[in-house]
Amino acid sequence: MNLVTISGPPSSGKTSVILKTIDSLQKRGLKVAVAKFDCLYTDDDVLYEKAGIPVKKGLSGALCPDHYFVSNVEEITNWALKNDFDILISESAGLCNRCSPYIKGIKAVCVIDNLSGINTPKKIGPMLKTADIVVITKGDIVSQAEREVFASRVNTVNPSAIIMHINGLTGQGSFELSTLLYDEALNIDSLKGMELRFPMPAALCSYCLGETRIGESYQMGNVRKMKVED
Amino acid sequence: MKGIKNRKISALIAEFPFLTSFFNDNGLDIENKEELTLTEYFAGFDEDEIEDRAIDPENLIFQISEFIKQMIAFLGKEDDIVKTVTILPGRDKSGDNEKFDELVIRQGEIICIVGPTGSGKSRLLGDIEWVAQGDTPTGRSILINDSVPDNKWRFSSADKLVAQLSQNMNFVMDLSVYEFVELHAESRMVENRKQVIEKIIDKANSLAGESFTPETPITSLSGGQSRALMIADTAILSKSPIILIDEIENAGIDRKKALSLLLSEDKIVLMATHDPVLALMGDRRIVIKNGGIYRVIETTDEERTILSTLEGMDKILLAYRTKLRQGEIITKIAYT
Repeated sequence: MNLVTISGPPSSGKTSVILKTIDSLQKRGLKVAVAKFDCLYTDDDVLYEKAGIPVKKGLSGALCPDHYFVSNVEEITNWALKNDFDILISESAGLCNRCSPYIKGIKAVCVIDNLSGINTPKKIGPMLKTADIVVITKGDIVSQAEREVFASRVNTVNPSAIIMHINGLTGQGSFELSTLLYDEALNIDSLKGMELRFPMPAALCSYCLGETRIGESYQMGNVRKMKVED
Repeated sequence: MKGIKNRKISALIAEFPFLTSFFNDNGLDIENKEELTLTEYFAGFDEDEIEDRAIDPENLIFQISEFIKQMIAFLGKEDDIVKTVTILPGRDKSGDNEKFDELVIRQGEIICIVGPTGSGKSRLLGDIEWVAQGDTPTGRSILINDSVPDNKWRFSSADKLVAQLSQNMNFVMDLSVYEFVELHAESRMVENRKQVIEKIIDKANSLAGESFTPETPITSLSGGQSRALMIADTAILSKSPIILIDEIENAGIDRKKALSLLLSEDKIVLMATHDPVLALMGDRRIVIKNGGIYRVIETTDEERTILSTLEGMDKILLAYRTKLRQGEIITKIAYT
């Protein structure tokens, strides 16, 4: 089975891109399942179910969503292996632009949209910079010049990635993406011993543990202060 | 790019000036650190910084060398001239073979694509953009200059075969016309930038009904003005040899001039339109039916005569529009 990790900022079009791409994968006779990770709420699982795609949903709630992802990806992979799927696609939203769910040796796709502004590629960390494929969406609502500028900015922060343009509404470009997602050479039978491409930041302070009161005397653990000059 | 990690940043930038944008876009401050080697530079970050800012020295050094390779390839070569694009037949939605031997589209030609929604126009354009090699649902193949094309047309972000002028041409940036075009020129690594930018604004103004200045904010351009700017910008700055247009609204822009500007820049123009004035300006039109190319029609002499009648009607409509805009009472305009 192939595992593909897809992530990107909220509302960048991940689910639309995945749905359209799965359509092409299924036409090749491949059995695809999705694991949807989100933070507080998602009803994307209903969209997948409606399209007849087996889906598992995980909400991280009070936990950091990316940490939650790593803690669960092995179990979800085992579920997909047990059910004999050919491809498991994990979908997760990058919320603080700092972490990424990518795993060494597992195909990593980042979805971002043209509307997010041309400085966005600069602001996103490993989620964009260490992806193998960068999918740019919503190209139909901006000008050709903006599409070219945006793509070139993405290329500067991640020169080794393949950059693709996909229209999540019409699906244009999703067939092309589907041809890059399944590779027998990348089949896995477990995630044992695998590693994240990039470490996730440590955050363990009193607020992680439920503290609500403001003030220095309540702050413990990994606390860092801004330099505020007069 | 072996051994770059032991070279000084100043030496690297002297040899590859474009690296400045790499450091900048990756948020790497190199001020006063130019005399360090890359290894020394990255060693200078403390653990907190590396963790906070998600800096991955090993990956960054790899990306720098990738970037240098790409840019050398990009700057070093002459633009590829695409003289012809050939479509070899595939199948329609029912699996029947398309009934043509080959369809050759040449530089400087205008080809229209017609057919109802859902008939497969997008797939045809997709096949061209992805330079299909019998590996798309239609089974079509695309040749460039009569031979099997290089893979870079698929994967290199700097070499896209098709540029698209869509009907929705919104700007999501808040910039002046000059700054906007400058940004595009920068990303294309254009030399003599100022001249090119002025040329684009000048051409755009010759297409637009009402003129604008380089200082005009792009968000305050009218529909016609932004279309004119986008067409001039794409004609002159975009490297893509094929321009795809889906309709050009007939307002505030000289469509005939717009097409001839694109052709004068040696583009191949594909138009997905059902507007007879545009469609009949084409040399040929491809009719799509049930997912396949059903037939190819050369524009006939009679159609060209009809086109000039239609253009006359178009002019009258525009004249009425102008009167309306200027606050005049509408009186009958004679057909010339």
